[in-house]
Amino acid sequence: MGGGDRGEELCEALRDCRGRGASVRIVGSGSKSFLTAAAASRTPDPPALSTTDHSGVLDYRPEELVITARAGTPLREVERQLAEADQQLPFEPPRFHGGGTLGGAVACGLSGPGRPWRGSVRDAVLGVELCNGLGERLRFGGQVMKNVAGYDVSRLQVGAFGTLGLLLAISVKVLPRPAAQETRTFEVDAGAALELCRRWAARPYPITATCFLGGLLRVRLAGAEPALRAAATALGGDRERNDGFWDELRDQRLSFFAEPGLWRGSLPPAAAAPLDGCLVTWGGGERWWRPPDPAAAAALLAAHGGHGRPFDDSFGLRVGRYVPAVERHYGDRLRRAFDPDGVLNPDLSVGQPTARARRDAD
Amino acid sequence: MTSESEARRARVESLLRDALPAASVIVDARARKAFESDGLTAIRELPWIVALPETEAQVLEVLRICREFEVPVVPRGAGTGLSGGARPLAHGLLLGLSKLSAILEVDVANGVARVQPGVRNLAISEAAADHGLYYAPDPSSQIACSIGGNVAENSGGVHCLKYGLTVHNVLGVRLITFEGDVLNLGGKTFDSPGYDLLALTMGSEGMLGVVTEVTVRLLPAPPEKRVLLAAFPEVAAAADAVGAIIAAGLIPAGLEMMDAPAIRAAEDFVHAGYPTDAEAILLCELDGVAEEVEADLARVRRVLQAHGAGEVRVAVSAADQARLWLGRKSAFPAVGRISPDYYCMDGTIPRAHLADVLARIGRLAEDHGLAVANVFHAGDGNLHPLILYDANVPGELERAESLGARILELCVAVGGTVTGEHGVGIEKLDQMCAQFDDAALAQMHRLKAAFDPAGLMNPGKAVPTLSRCAEVGGMHVHGGRLPFPNLPRF
Repeated sequence: MGGGDRGEELCEALRDCRGRGASVRIVGSGSKSFLTAAAASRTPDPPALSTTDHSGVLDYRPEELVITARAGTPLREVERQLAEADQQLPFEPPRFHGGGTLGGAVACGLSGPGRPWRGSVRDAVLGVELCNGLGERLRFGGQVMKNVAGYDVSRLQVGAFGTLGLLLAISVKVLPRPAAQETRTFEVDAGAALELCRRWAARPYPITATCFLGGLLRVRLAGAEPALRAAATALGGDRERNDGFWDELRDQRLSFFAEPGLWRGSLPPAAAAPLDGCLVTWGGGERWWRPPDPAAAAALLAAHGGHGRPFDDSFGLRVGRYVPAVERHYGDRLRRAFDPDGVLNPDLSVGQPTARARRDAD
Repeated sequence: MTSESEARRARVESLLRDALPAASVIVDARARKAFESDGLTAIRELPWIVALPETEAQVLEVLRICREFEVPVVPRGAGTGLSGGARPLAHGLLLGLSKLSAILEVDVANGVARVQPGVRNLAISEAAADHGLYYAPDPSSQIACSIGGNVAENSGGVHCLKYGLTVHNVLGVRLITFEGDVLNLGGKTFDSPGYDLLALTMGSEGMLGVVTEVTVRLLPAPPEKRVLLAAFPEVAAAADAVGAIIAAGLIPAGLEMMDAPAIRAAEDFVHAGYPTDAEAILLCELDGVAEEVEADLARVRRVLQAHGAGEVRVAVSAADQARLWLGRKSAFPAVGRISPDYYCMDGTIPRAHLADVLARIGRLAEDHGLAVANVFHAGDGNLHPLILYDANVPGELERAESLGARILELCVAVGGTVTGEHGVGIEKLDQMCAQFDDAALAQMHRLKAAFDPAGLMNPGKAVPTLSRCAEVGGMHVHGGRLPFPNLPRF
């Protein structure tokens, strides 16, 4: 299985920090560090606490559709073991530059192209072991699909960027890989692409991803061969030969993602804007683009019932800025409930002012 | 009741009457009796006062009055819950949400519906049916249970193996905290910035706030559906077949199991055509596009036969399908006919332990001198052992409760949970002590305090106090030593 158990050392490090009034910056493989890099320019930077030595798959029985692994386990390793049993992570987390750990995928909460059909990161999380800001090692949830014992602290960790606890181990639901997969393409403009997605969403087609980019709409179909043939006939379009497209999209290796100034928006799928120059995924529900006027972008998204923020070195850093004041208030209390002394990632603001700002204000 | 508390109630009543329509404030004892329990009827308490607001603004008014007088609030949906989550408090206000029952919007373009909490689960699918859409979670009480209650319990249903629980199918809620803040969590989007308070709200049993609006996802109705029944000569073989179906890469819409006592009770009751000589049956439903369903059906059949199924019967017509399901859906009342009383458990275990745990439940039942019928969601390992007893026989209720507790502890011991879908409520507080240690429970109490510092939203439910767990621990003395020896005991 590989890896090792550093759980006690990690919790001890947090207890030690708390005792000294210090704090830590939790890091995994660092593949997503570019999403919080704006913090690094600030001083003094809290010392990094790495989870990468705390790794290894703890339990994986394919017939249970669940894998449990330590947080520092590379996604590559998790996916290798799943592939051996013909299974996959349903939420398709991005692997920037081929890296990423399971803990990082959960903490950052980025879901891949299949999200509306196969579920998000948080949909798949069944249980966690974590160390809170008091240095206590706690378990929530479990390894079973149905579990309503106590508050869902496990799913709360998704997208919390480690501010509610240092993740030690995670159980996630996995799915069988489809028997077959096929991509159909359609040469249409953005408006027509959105209309097609809207129409398909109301019909029971075996769609598992859509992507509109530069005049081409791609649709990923998955399932049994006869079902794919029937769906391909019903949908029309042309068959795509490049099977690697969806991985390039998932890992943001498409040239579209390379230029600076990128925003990510989350919208009701049928929302009319933003659309110009957008890469549109999730059947219309997720849009990536470079707003000509970034200052107006958040208002545009809000006007269409959505939200979003720059996908740059501040993405995971000042999320609280994009959260309504009343929710920030509860987010702040929640953070104090898990980490009263601001030990965990004090520079990050997820649903509240940063712990550092709080300390400065005190 | 003391005159002082009567005077206090009169003041609260008068303020409520100013804020709410006359029929929305219930003080008369006989009328209050209708609210004394939820679906867990064995545990009752007459509420101090009942408020049935018709609008969110009225909900806010009720909470304002309760804040002023420090009255605890117990929210209630349709009252079909099975764990006493809506059990009233003798000194608390019961906040019924049944009058907030409007379907606000069916937004076909975005595949969502916006509804008030009192809307019945099934009514959402009915409202969306004209568009070929439906709301997937289907708890067995779906004719009666409300979406607000589904959110509070994170309800599942027969089809959650494939379609997920409430948490997977709700995109947004409006949550009002005891302090009167309105939190708009999520919406028509697939995610929202900041902490996932929406996920946290699911299954929070009304402990964090009152839900006044829910945005649910609507899915296209599957065009094809097949139901098959497989009969097994042994329980263990049926249990192993469940794991084998999943291991083969198949995700049925539903995969249910019944053992011999449940089969016979159901057959006697509704004549579903079940094989009464089988030790276990599996009911498997496959849905989706026709080509996919046909391909899966052939594979499921092969797996079942390879695991020792005798008869494998595929329901051809819609009427046949309905008949096969009828036996399953009538199983609880059917068992009610063969036993004066039964106690329904709700543990979930990893599927790999199904055969072993069912055998051990049988032995535990023998030790307790009681019979158990099993009818449950095998696909997701969610057991519903029905413990048969007669409350009129002295000692049987106590033995049934003791057996139930042992069964849930067994579920925890094999890596499962004490409640898969019914919630903790007031019923399983003691079993929570077996599943969580003190530090985890304390963390949950701090989490609640973040939403409800006064501790007046549905107090005493879902998460046991540490002192309660110390006393529960005291009932199971290990090695002659009491756990938590330093705590005072009463």
